[in-house]
Amino acid sequence: MESTGFHPFRFVGRLVLEGLAHLGRISLMAAELFRGLAEWRIWVPRTVTEAANVGVGSLFIVLLIAAFAGAVTAFQAGYQWQTSLPVYVLGTLIVNTIVLELGPVLIGLVLAGRIGARYAAELGTMRVTEQIDALESLGRSPASHLIIPRVLASTLMLPVLVVIADVVAVAAGWIGVKQVLPVTDWDFAYGAKYFWRSFDAWYSLIKATAFGWAIGLISCYMGFNTQQGAEGVGKSATAAVVTSSVIILLLNTLLAKILLH
Amino acid sequence: MIELRGVRKRFGEQVVLGGVNFDVREGETVALLGPSGSGKSVLLKHINGLLHPDAGSVKVDGLEVPLLRRDELAELRTRIGYVFQNGALFDSMDVFENVRLGLVDETKYRDEEYAEARVLECLRLVNLTPETLKKYPAQLSGGMRKRVGIARAIAGAPKYLLYDEPTSGLDPVNADIIDGLVKHLEEELGVTSVMVTHDVRGAFRVADRLALLYDATIVLEGTPEEFRESTDERVKSFLERDFDPTSFAA
Repeated sequence: MESTGFHPFRFVGRLVLEGLAHLGRISLMAAELFRGLAEWRIWVPRTVTEAANVGVGSLFIVLLIAAFAGAVTAFQAGYQWQTSLPVYVLGTLIVNTIVLELGPVLIGLVLAGRIGARYAAELGTMRVTEQIDALESLGRSPASHLIIPRVLASTLMLPVLVVIADVVAVAAGWIGVKQVLPVTDWDFAYGAKYFWRSFDAWYSLIKATAFGWAIGLISCYMGFNTQQGAEGVGKSATAAVVTSSVIILLLNTLLAKILLH
Repeated sequence: MIELRGVRKRFGEQVVLGGVNFDVREGETVALLGPSGSGKSVLLKHINGLLHPDAGSVKVDGLEVPLLRRDELAELRTRIGYVFQNGALFDSMDVFENVRLGLVDETKYRDEEYAEARVLECLRLVNLTPETLKKYPAQLSGGMRKRVGIARAIAGAPKYLLYDEPTSGLDPVNADIIDGLVKHLEEELGVTSVMVTHDVRGAFRVADRLALLYDATIVLEGTPEEFRESTDERVKSFLERDFDPTSFAA
């Protein structure tokens, strides 16, 4: 008689097999994407539409988060402030915190929820209602019609949104810090410029691009491989958000180690 | 010509097709009958390569479908129109764009004038008026969605038409309209059709030949007369559930 207890080897084995199956499927999808790039007449206009949707649709939440993040960074800096330090250091602290870390990571995580869930749910619904099968049965490539526009839109728009977020958060931080400490505009601007390196902006953009690519690819993969009706669509949307968020945190650590040391 | 030989397919432990042999000759309409969940749609999806068999051969016009390269399969699919059970219309596109997507020749797809004329022609063939052009799938009734699905499938002037449960979920009046449409398209366009259905009455009205898929195999393939005269208990019990076949005697 078969035992119904927990079998650690079987559990690990199943996890490894599932992981390898995901890796195989995501590799096949990546290969499809490269093949689909040749059909630029199809994916270029769809990418423009999708990018506009992502950009305009996400702008309000990005502005809101950036403004609050900038202001809170300033208030916390004020709370922990040591009077022995020159006040212009506050400009350095706020700008670097926002540009190097808060801007790309916060916006990346929020858009993993917003865009990731949307992409996975859209493609998942198309899968379970046979719309993707219909596209294939018409001899058309789902890669060029559905996946490339979405992956490119999130990869291209995340850096744009992060730049906007960085600017708004720094402005909010500037205004905020003046409310809690006697900092002049000159002090803030001097501190911001004193330790500024143009690489900081590149670093922020590289991270945003990597996060956008990860969100697009993972969410499309999850949606494209949806099974089992409405429940499957829900599972795909959840998996897309959770996996994208985890990958963003991993990429953030990896890029910090590679690019900052 | 469509030829399936010894096609086997299983999903997990469930054997859906257990060595199916099935032929469709050019110009004929074949109805594939069977109870729900018997694997009719699975068989249909093997014909245009949406599913691959675990074993066996699927040939269309002499081409071994599971062995085709991606571009060869795409080319073959331009010759096969597929009508999905619930239409499978793209819900972000209006009727015009949905049907236009069926123009599998890229040059024709991009030719605005040709595309508009062809979409209108296809809508006429399925008895839909030009007023439906700007409607979205969510604004259409079930019967209209199925007809738009048929219009999309015929837009590229395919040689074969595969219908997956074209009348399921429809009231008898709309089901009769779709059955009439299948017959009309066969006569007007000369397409070879395979219609998956569990609607015995409709199958007897439109098909030249019938096949019954039961317990993962084809238990009988023949003319409507051969079905009516069959003494196979599985055939008799399946036909008797829906209607009295003698009432459709010619």
